[in-house]
Amino acid sequence: MVEHRPWSDIIAYAILTLGVFIVAFPVYLALIASTHDAATVIGGNMPLSPGGHALENYYRAVFVGGARYSREPVGQMLMNSFISAAGIAIGKIFISILSAYAVVYFRFPFRKTAFWIIFVTLMLPVEVRIYPTYKVVADLHMLDTYAGLILPLIASATGTLLFRQFFMTVPEELLEASRIDGAGPFRFFKDTLLPLSVTTIAALFVIQFIYGWNQYLWPLLITTQDSMQTIVTGIKKMLTTTDELAEWQLAMATAVLAMLPPVAVVVFMQRLFVRGLVETEK
Amino acid sequence: MANVTLRNVRKTYPGGFEAIKGVDFEVGDGQLCVLVGPSGCGKSTLLRMVAGLETISSGEIEIGGRVVNRVEPAERDIAMVFQNYALYPHMSVYNNMAYGLRNRGMKEPEIDSRVQEAARVLELGAMLERKPRQLSGGQRQRVAMGRAIVRQPKVFLFDEPLSNLDAKLRIAMRVEIRRLQRRLNTTSIYVTHDQLEAMTLADILVVMNGGLVEQIGSPLDIYQKPATTFVASFIGAPPMNLLPLPPEEIRLQFAGDSRAGAEAGILGIRPEDLAISADIAPTGGMTLDITVDATERVGPETFVYGTRARSDAPAVSANPGDLPPGALIVRIPGSTAPDIGERVRVIAPRDKLHLFSADGRSRIGA
Repeated sequence: MVEHRPWSDIIAYAILTLGVFIVAFPVYLALIASTHDAATVIGGNMPLSPGGHALENYYRAVFVGGARYSREPVGQMLMNSFISAAGIAIGKIFISILSAYAVVYFRFPFRKTAFWIIFVTLMLPVEVRIYPTYKVVADLHMLDTYAGLILPLIASATGTLLFRQFFMTVPEELLEASRIDGAGPFRFFKDTLLPLSVTTIAALFVIQFIYGWNQYLWPLLITTQDSMQTIVTGIKKMLTTTDELAEWQLAMATAVLAMLPPVAVVVFMQRLFVRGLVETEK
Repeated sequence: MANVTLRNVRKTYPGGFEAIKGVDFEVGDGQLCVLVGPSGCGKSTLLRMVAGLETISSGEIEIGGRVVNRVEPAERDIAMVFQNYALYPHMSVYNNMAYGLRNRGMKEPEIDSRVQEAARVLELGAMLERKPRQLSGGQRQRVAMGRAIVRQPKVFLFDEPLSNLDAKLRIAMRVEIRRLQRRLNTTSIYVTHDQLEAMTLADILVVMNGGLVEQIGSPLDIYQKPATTFVASFIGAPPMNLLPLPPEEIRLQFAGDSRAGAEAGILGIRPEDLAISADIAPTGGMTLDITVDATERVGPETFVYGTRARSDAPAVSANPGDLPPGALIVRIPGSTAPDIGERVRVIAPRDKLHLFSADGRSRIGA
């Protein structure tokens, strides 16, 4: 469609604007809600302009926690989320790049079988294997630990597939030139394959960081102490109150804070993406 | 400095496909040997076996008097230039050349002097800090050569190094490779499918077809005395005209010639050995009447494509892409040519006639 008709442009922009509005409005509302006091938010008539309690709300969310019941402040939860998301992303990249390297470049018995076994795990996400995984993690005394939050989630068929596809586009001659240049398997990996994979790694990091950050069910299951909970589970717990009003303004402030790190990762990594797309040459 | 010797080398792939069916030849110290043949003839496979990138199913490969069948590529003291250059895209030109030396634990000052020397020889001095993607095809090619020469190996291996370059650059690089090889005096094996490259570069030419060596010799010997119809049509452009002739015609043509035995069946004439003439050929020569189908004027010479007027027996197509049956090419100097549709007489002297057995597998006579 390379036509230029004013009407089609206007309609297209109208639809786009509507889409953006639908997606962005709840975010905007959360942002607004986090700047008012509890009474205004609960009052039923949510204003659409920012209120004057932003500093107070964010200060309480980050450093103090909810007033009438003891919850960890958001600072600790952000830290937990960050450690587990980064751990999941890095762990996935580490494991999947090595397994893809093995599957693509080494001729060992049952290579295809190994690949298909990795492939099949696509059908076994945490939700499916949650009881056995919980049992294993509990038996290893990893409940309420970062290892427990991270390790069960780092096996990644998608990552392995992505790296496999990328490795298969790397010309065979590079491997052969390396062999003639006296580089063994490890040197070839370190000196040639890894530098070439930087953009793939960046892409995978973004995807997996957000995947790790958004984990809800697993952290909810294996963390019992408030000091170990992640921000996504934390927000939910803020709203579960017994006989008092939920502090929506704090929950909204927390939600806004929870959005920031993934956004930062995307914004920062996007530059690497684009550079990679422009410069890719093997 | 080293000889390379191949003794009854064979390559069979796991599927049972035999890519190399027993090859013997020797490349002397400092010689440049060119392997030439159509695609799929096994020439690249053979080179990769010398490099150690393919295993050897049977037979022996010797480099500098040492059997290298089970030696790793890095330990064979060879350097290879690949068709797509295979430069490390993330390393600078300098590091591309230095990488192999560093892996061998060479000291930095020594590496630096070797890289600088190679850069000087190949005129890459101003580009040492650039990445391969910032270079033109010809420059990349020179970096690939530089990576080979800094190693000062016993043997250079070239795998169709010029086929990614444009025609003009290809000629320039061909001359440069020859000059460099002479100067370094390093034994080299060079694979190409381009017969012109093969003719101009080779000290020894090895013509391959279907996993077998068809003929080994100096380029001119092979051109003048092709051993089979395959070699006759592969070496030389345009290819040699091949005409199957009935036995009685051969006996008549070659009366009193010892070559005219019962097995003779195919007559070969190089296009440049044919001349357009009003008269018939002198005694023993060949006279053919053709109808002109097409002419190609390329400037200094003209190619005339014709069909034999009495084409009871079609010409032989030894390869796909060769002349259609019954067609004949005549190469005449200058740019005057007969008109299309005109009937002309072409003649060739007796000593320019090549005679092959009917199956094309052997040459008859010297």
